[in-house]
Amino acid sequence: MSHPTEVRPYRYTLAERLYLPLLAGLAVTMRHFLGNLFRRRKSYTIQYPEERRRYSHRYRGHHILTTRPDGSPRCVACFLCATACPADCIHIEAGEHPDENIEKYPVVYEIDMLRCIFCGYCVDACPEEAIIMSNNYDMAYFNRDQTIVGKADLMRPFTVDENQLGYRPVYPEEERQRAAMRREALDLVAAARRSGAGEQVEVG
Amino acid sequence: MAVATAPSPPLEKYPAGSVEPVEPAGLDQPTWVVRREVLAELARDLRDHPETRFDLLLDLCGVDYPDREERFEAVYHLYSIPRGERLRLKVPVAEADPVLPSLVPVWKAANWFEREAFDLFGLRFDGHPNLSRILCHEGFQGHPLRKDYDPARRWILTEDKVYQPKFDLPPAGEDDMFERMVINLGPSHPATHGTFRVMAVLDGEVILASDVEIGYLHRCMEKMSETHTWQQVIPYTDRLNYCSSFINNVAYCRTVEKLLGVEAPPRAVWARTILSEFSRVMDHCVCNGATLVDVGALTNFWYYFQPREEIYGLLEACSGARLTVSYGRIGGLAQDLPPDFMERAWRLLEIIPPFVADVEKLVDKNRIFLDRAVGISAISGEEAVNWGWTGPCLRASGVGYDVRRAHPYDLYDTVDWEVPVLYGGDVYDRYRVRNAEIRQSLKIIRQLLERGMPEGPYIVDDPHVALPPKEACYNQMEALIYHFKLIMDGIQVPAGERYDMVEGANGELGFYIVSDGSSKPYRLKVRPPCFPIFSTFPTLIKGGTVSDMVATLGGLNVIAGELER
Repeated sequence: MSHPTEVRPYRYTLAERLYLPLLAGLAVTMRHFLGNLFRRRKSYTIQYPEERRRYSHRYRGHHILTTRPDGSPRCVACFLCATACPADCIHIEAGEHPDENIEKYPVVYEIDMLRCIFCGYCVDACPEEAIIMSNNYDMAYFNRDQTIVGKADLMRPFTVDENQLGYRPVYPEEERQRAAMRREALDLVAAARRSGAGEQVEVG
Repeated sequence: MAVATAPSPPLEKYPAGSVEPVEPAGLDQPTWVVRREVLAELARDLRDHPETRFDLLLDLCGVDYPDREERFEAVYHLYSIPRGERLRLKVPVAEADPVLPSLVPVWKAANWFEREAFDLFGLRFDGHPNLSRILCHEGFQGHPLRKDYDPARRWILTEDKVYQPKFDLPPAGEDDMFERMVINLGPSHPATHGTFRVMAVLDGEVILASDVEIGYLHRCMEKMSETHTWQQVIPYTDRLNYCSSFINNVAYCRTVEKLLGVEAPPRAVWARTILSEFSRVMDHCVCNGATLVDVGALTNFWYYFQPREEIYGLLEACSGARLTVSYGRIGGLAQDLPPDFMERAWRLLEIIPPFVADVEKLVDKNRIFLDRAVGISAISGEEAVNWGWTGPCLRASGVGYDVRRAHPYDLYDTVDWEVPVLYGGDVYDRYRVRNAEIRQSLKIIRQLLERGMPEGPYIVDDPHVALPPKEACYNQMEALIYHFKLIMDGIQVPAGERYDMVEGANGELGFYIVSDGSSKPYRLKVRPPCFPIFSTFPTLIKGGTVSDMVATLGGLNVIAGELER
């Protein structure tokens, strides 16, 4: 068995010489054009920022430092996240906690968002579920100093809304419930399609 | 694959001790230690002898062992397509005189690989046509992958020293229709899909000679791997071929698993096969879409990107990111598959084929496209193999080599599929092979989905390899200790070396990993499939026009992240 030493290029048929198959192609574009015009199809374009993509509950976005009931961070400054981080973007300074059962807490906890590669290794490493991720993906800053996000910003904005949570330790039961809800939503969309409602529905 | 029995070319003609087979203990493929004096002759014999026929030079890399008397080792990975066998040659050289014979006359693929070894290790290749730096800047000093090179070292690089293109020009004469002109395409050009620079000497619109400069996206991934733990390398592999990042995860994890001697559980293997195939579909969509945009057929780009969009949705639901998934882990997967995985995957199988069919209706028999693609930058199978090609581009030239078929891994030997082969070797057949492969990938996925998702764990139950589950970590002391140990110390991989490969979207994606038994790789070399393919580029476009150059570039699917690592 030896490899072919010559090429055998494609040979045009008579119809191709006469440009005839272009008509079939035109039919395809017309079908898409009309379909999009009368909105019978789902459009894939998202009108950001008015419309937003819905991400799953595993999305690796902006980090969150979770809190104890009294509002202090759950973090015990064990440095596992900083060790696991491949991009070396987590900076922690530990201090002694007044409660001797807790021992340590982070005096400084900073993440450099320009270095972070959003791999989720910090979440995997955390033994306290103190750092998790949200599904917030639009991080924009005016200057480089702002990109180093401190404890206050990591704890503040996300802790309320369940829908904003992203990558975090998976509990199978919770996931199954979400999947059931999503399935219902999909069925609703399908029913709406069948009944001819032309409205656009985005299913993330 | 038989390990112990190395193929036997006529070795008796070489002086005693110049070619020594290494004892096969712990080795994945036959390995010979070769003295550099006989390397050139041995290489020619290995290629031409009917009992060996090593027609493909897969990879060439350096390894640095500062403690040895002969400090450097040049490692050649050979493959014989007709016989399906592999061979590794190791050529030790001393630091004082790191010169080896160039193998460019035997395998043209050696050209860029030798430049890379020169750039990163300072090995010199006697008789190389253009031994200059390739990944690093011309003003860079030292050789970054040597062990005594400090990874934190920085250089200020200026424009005083830039790459000087080397053109293989015919002498100016009466054949020239017009005055010769040099044009520059890239590094930032919409048609280069990444950052590489092509310089071409034109006679009118015909390209007389050209040269390419790469390295704009070089980020020393291989050096960084040596300073990170085994687990931390996975996000870096995402960024190799970022159009199909999951395949890179799989390739790396499989190689490390082989070194560790663990095996991913069936559920993870099943998921890896399916998601690899979806990634392949995505990659082919991007490549074909981009090729068609470059020749002016923009509509197809949208048609291809819609299925890709949906696949990204599935990958995001599994891993939490669309592009850089980091979903593979050594020993399995990062997390279990989402509960609605089956429904989503089945839905994708319905969505994708109509779009591909639409593109085919628009383009396949369209004379406007045919005139731009048929016969453009054609290369024969023989030549392509000599240049080190693998993957869809090689299969478009009539050589049906596919790792999934030749050395089945994961579940590929349990499903029914074909290797599409075409014989044109041109832009048109590269495009058609990719479309055919999308269909085959979907066929593979369909069969695996019908078989059903295997029950069981998604990662090995070995606390020395995989993190214990979170619940255990919160509640059991032992699990918490393992958790801490695994993150602080990393996985301890036994000493050894391994070359393992998967079929990436562009061809054979190999990882050559040397471990010294510590928690970090000693040497990690990626065998990037598009590196040898792109080295052919100046030859391919010679004699064509500038517009052919653009069409060719799209069809080769050169991904800068993988090319330059």
